[in-house]
Amino acid sequence: MATLDLLTYPDTRLKTVSTSVMVFDEKLQAFIADLEETMRAGPGGVGIAAPQVGHFERIVIVDVSSKPKIKHHGFMILINPEITHWKDFEIGREGCMSVPDYTGNVIRAKTIHLIARDENGKEHEYDMAGYEARAVQHEVDHLEGLLFLDRLVSRRHDLFQRKVYKSKT
Amino acid sequence: MSQWFMITLVGKDQVGIVAKITTTLYESNCNLGEASMLRLGGNFTIMLMVGYKGTAQSLHNLLKPVADSLQLHLHINGIKGQLHQHQAPNVRVRVYGADRVGIVAQVTTALAKGDLNILDLESDVGGDDAKPFYVMNIEGFATAGIEAVETALQELLSQQHDLEVILEPIETVVM
Repeated sequence: MATLDLLTYPDTRLKTVSTSVMVFDEKLQAFIADLEETMRAGPGGVGIAAPQVGHFERIVIVDVSSKPKIKHHGFMILINPEITHWKDFEIGREGCMSVPDYTGNVIRAKTIHLIARDENGKEHEYDMAGYEARAVQHEVDHLEGLLFLDRLVSRRHDLFQRKVYKSKT
Repeated sequence: MSQWFMITLVGKDQVGIVAKITTTLYESNCNLGEASMLRLGGNFTIMLMVGYKGTAQSLHNLLKPVADSLQLHLHINGIKGQLHQHQAPNVRVRVYGADRVGIVAQVTTALAKGDLNILDLESDVGGDDAKPFYVMNIEGFATAGIEAVETALQELLSQQHDLEVILEPIETVVM
């Protein structure tokens, strides 16, 4: 196992769209082990996507089990993940190992339904909410070449969104 | 060698302020750092970090003609840059109520008592002249934990019954 080098923005390779994994073999499993080690060594340590280490295949690892008092699925290897349903939205603050020294507010779905394969190619379905759902949406974005910088919302007016009612005169 | 300056510009809002100021700086090879630019009431306000190779006086001389043409007050201070040291907030405080004197002083005094370091404060006066209301959003770092902030705010709210104060943790998901 080895810790892999992380790409950090403004490295434009982070904007690459990754391709689907077609072969589920030992080489893939060895890469996943290195990817996990890299995730564990990072400041957040709750998720990583393959393109963050310059490997442009649709592979994500998420494990938010270190976070107390939340529902989660433990350690997940998500290959070729597809979010099929989104429900309710909320603003939350995010940071990313590939975007050092910056955090920002991003709107994400509160709950999602996800279909993904594991390291052996077996398909699984997940219903996720809250912190875990946010982590997965952030990582799946990496596979599309999207960073949380692409989804930042206004610092000033994201909290009180006041409707303007026009009076009928 | 380039040094950092904080430029403050304030004046009546109009189209083109940011473009004219930053183009003047760009043409003099200045590098811009972090900035806050926003309209407060009918005024446009700029706080802008500028990396510049000359002195504060020569930077002032450079900007004075364009500031005068836009009728902006100009102020320049030498500062330390201190970039790449962002502190992520861990607490958000939202306050609103009928406008009156003392809201900001009372709330921020309580927050200081609760060891909250304010990183970002923005406020608006809504409503109309007859019935104004005040809305304030604060993001900060609770150096002694959110409980200390909560205790300090509860003490304030036991004396001030006209304010709505919402305290919530900010959870930053770092991936």
